[in-house]
Amino acid sequence: MATTLQVNGRACVVQADAETPLLYVLRNDLGLIGTRYGCGLGQCGTCTVIIDGKPVQSCDLPVSAAVGKKITTVEALGTDQDLHPLQRAFIAEQAAQCGYCASGILMAAKALLDVNKDPSDGEIRAALEGNLCRCGTHGRILRAIKRAAQEMREQ
Amino acid sequence: MAQIKDPAARKLPGSLDSNRRLDRWLCINTDGTLTVTPGKVEIGQGILTALVQMVAEELDISVNRIRLAPASTAFSPDEGITSGSRSIQDSGLALRHAAAETRDLLLTLAAKKLGVTLENLTVTDGVISARSGGSVTYWELATPDLLSREATFDVVEKLPAEHVVVGTSLPRVDILGKITGKAAYVQDMVLPGMLHGRITRPPGPRARLRNIDVKEVAQMPGVVAVVRDGTFLGVVAEREEQAIRAERRLARLAQWDSGEPLPDSDPRRLQTLTAETEVISEKGDPAAAGVRQFNAEYTKPYLAHASLAPSCAVAHQDGDKLKVWSHSQGIYPLRGDMAKVLDMAETDIIITHAEGAGCYGHNAADDVTLDAALLARAVPGKPVRLQWMREDEFAWEPFSSPMVMRMNAALDAKGNIVNWGHELWSHAHSTRPGGSGGVNLLAAWHLEKPLPAAKPGNPPLPGGGSHRNAIPFYDFPNQKITNHLIRQSPLRTSAMRALGAHANAFAIECFMDELAEAAGADPVEFRLRHLKDARAKAVIEKAAQMAKWQPNEKGDGERGRGIAFARYKNLAAYFAVIAEVQVSEEVRVTRMWAAVDVGQAINPDGVINQIEGGIIQSTSWTLKERIDFDHQGVTTRNWTEYPILSFVEVPEVEVALINRREAPPVGAGEGTQGPVSAAIANAIHNALGVRLRDMPFTRDRVVAALSA
Repeated sequence: MATTLQVNGRACVVQADAETPLLYVLRNDLGLIGTRYGCGLGQCGTCTVIIDGKPVQSCDLPVSAAVGKKITTVEALGTDQDLHPLQRAFIAEQAAQCGYCASGILMAAKALLDVNKDPSDGEIRAALEGNLCRCGTHGRILRAIKRAAQEMREQ
Repeated sequence: MAQIKDPAARKLPGSLDSNRRLDRWLCINTDGTLTVTPGKVEIGQGILTALVQMVAEELDISVNRIRLAPASTAFSPDEGITSGSRSIQDSGLALRHAAAETRDLLLTLAAKKLGVTLENLTVTDGVISARSGGSVTYWELATPDLLSREATFDVVEKLPAEHVVVGTSLPRVDILGKITGKAAYVQDMVLPGMLHGRITRPPGPRARLRNIDVKEVAQMPGVVAVVRDGTFLGVVAEREEQAIRAERRLARLAQWDSGEPLPDSDPRRLQTLTAETEVISEKGDPAAAGVRQFNAEYTKPYLAHASLAPSCAVAHQDGDKLKVWSHSQGIYPLRGDMAKVLDMAETDIIITHAEGAGCYGHNAADDVTLDAALLARAVPGKPVRLQWMREDEFAWEPFSSPMVMRMNAALDAKGNIVNWGHELWSHAHSTRPGGSGGVNLLAAWHLEKPLPAAKPGNPPLPGGGSHRNAIPFYDFPNQKITNHLIRQSPLRTSAMRALGAHANAFAIECFMDELAEAAGADPVEFRLRHLKDARAKAVIEKAAQMAKWQPNEKGDGERGRGIAFARYKNLAAYFAVIAEVQVSEEVRVTRMWAAVDVGQAINPDGVINQIEGGIIQSTSWTLKERIDFDHQGVTTRNWTEYPILSFVEVPEVEVALINRREAPPVGAGEGTQGPVSAAIANAIHNALGVRLRDMPFTRDRVVAALSA
């Protein structure tokens, strides 16, 4: 079945059954492998993308539910030459070990900073409640998001 | 340097001793770069960044000139398993020496070419200059066969005082790809014509497939092959979601014989089982009575590695060769076991490492590699990517063993420990591939003609497995340490971060606190008085200073603090930590202050990152985690049933690194785990006056302890 999606500002036509989780369409049809599979149950946040401004776990969202909406993945956050302030801050704080949680956390954090320029520590933690990190890099990630928020406010 | 008559009797540093050819480790490229080919692998711990620094340091080249090749059985040195916090000692020290020898070879060539003596040469970023003028680069000098030789022993490495790259916090070499959504993991591999696989597992470890009619599944959209061999059942499809759908149908159609019911999941069941008992340390008079006697018993449950990504592999049967990509921690031992299962020559199997998510020990990385190979054999010529589902990973990865620690001690009239006893019960902590007498891969046991599992066991002391860190680092005049090993476990057990050191250090450090209280002593002072080692004392004093520890400080009924210490394996990293908790009925760890000494820190920020991570992960184990099972199989199969610490719950963590540049570098990955659990237990006791001895410290257990 042909489905048209708006991904990272482009219209993409994909052939997938309506109930196929968006995650597999992003990864396998569109080659956007930055969005990672973690649980398929919407419990861990590694597959978080932004849909119409809100963080959404793409692993249990049928592709049909994303039609007509604006989907943003980590690939659209920044490029190697022009990193997003969040990405720069993740490097500055060395906020990764295995890094598997990073894509989803970056997208959840972007969705937060898009609507809240100066979040408190508690607000950042609450925004990441749906994102797990198993390596224990939480403290660095929290610092990185604060750093990015400050940089974005100063721009 | 004095010549020793028999070079074979001398030991080269780390893994260089068993992989002596320089070209196994380094390759000087023609384009001004150098490729490093370590046998150790990145598992999120940042090892590759540290190895780059050690090579750059010894060769006097910029880190930007260094390329890393993924470990592969096609060319990498066999460094066994990436485990035990040994990669700096094994791979780092090998590369350091190999790089020093390479530099020496290049300088010798340069001296000849420039017509000067070695003493008149200097190196800057690979450019060798003579003081009298003239220069030549490594890349101009290197011939293709320059490194086709064995290490000689005769080259001296730089002194720590000369280091300029080692000891700095070089940013991780792998971070950019991971935060820009690049293909960073084996999960992201795409090969031309690649198909997707999934496996249907039995309901539990003792269940066997009785019957299945696969016709219906074979006709489902996209299905290319259904593979059944005994109880091994899998499917290959064109699209990933098609494979998942087909797998679910297989699971519904399969009829299983459930086998013998599994026993109770209580860790104390260990004490009722037949064990192999060994006294691993005995000194003085273990019957020395003192004036007061104390006993306590501590437990931990089965724990999961719970990698954020379920395990994944890609396999491709290409003619007679089987090519696989795996996030295994030991590509050579895995190849050996796979060759036995597949009845192939080892040289016909090429395993290349591709990173997975952090594994923290022996998870399903090896198992999924064999699974992928079994599927790939059914579709020759087509690569198959297989990722386990979340439920597969929680139900089938090898777990960290439950343990029971029974402690006894005696205090003398002055409140000093005069006698110490530690008995522990545990299943094996090492069932990795490469064991003798069998094969340690899940699917091998499910085949029509199954291969037996190798005998579960432990790494030997001094590192040890279940008995790791069971021998106290404190100086007690009399002690007896007894290890009861129960090899067969209802659920498969294997290596997880710190192995038995987690539970043993937890028990030792909780019991030290109980004894300090009985002696009326401050827990910091009590530890210091039983230690002679200056570096041990230094980390404890540093942590106490960071936390502004007050002697005999008291909790207030809700808030409390506790301390703990260990030296990992009694021979590696020193670590002390103070935990602050806030307890109502739920325990919240609010802050942690820690000090660590890993000898020479190759990358200080990398060490701190590992320590912070270990602290938070162990906090999660301590407060929340337990694999549970019923008579049939594992019942904790997703993140709701097996919760881990969330962003809302993580403590503030402050780590001080005591960098001892002159001391040999040791790993930082594991030494945190036991002390963190104990510091939390001690803080809870400090806050509430009740002692929790059974992990995890859930709400139910706090409530039960308070009402007891």
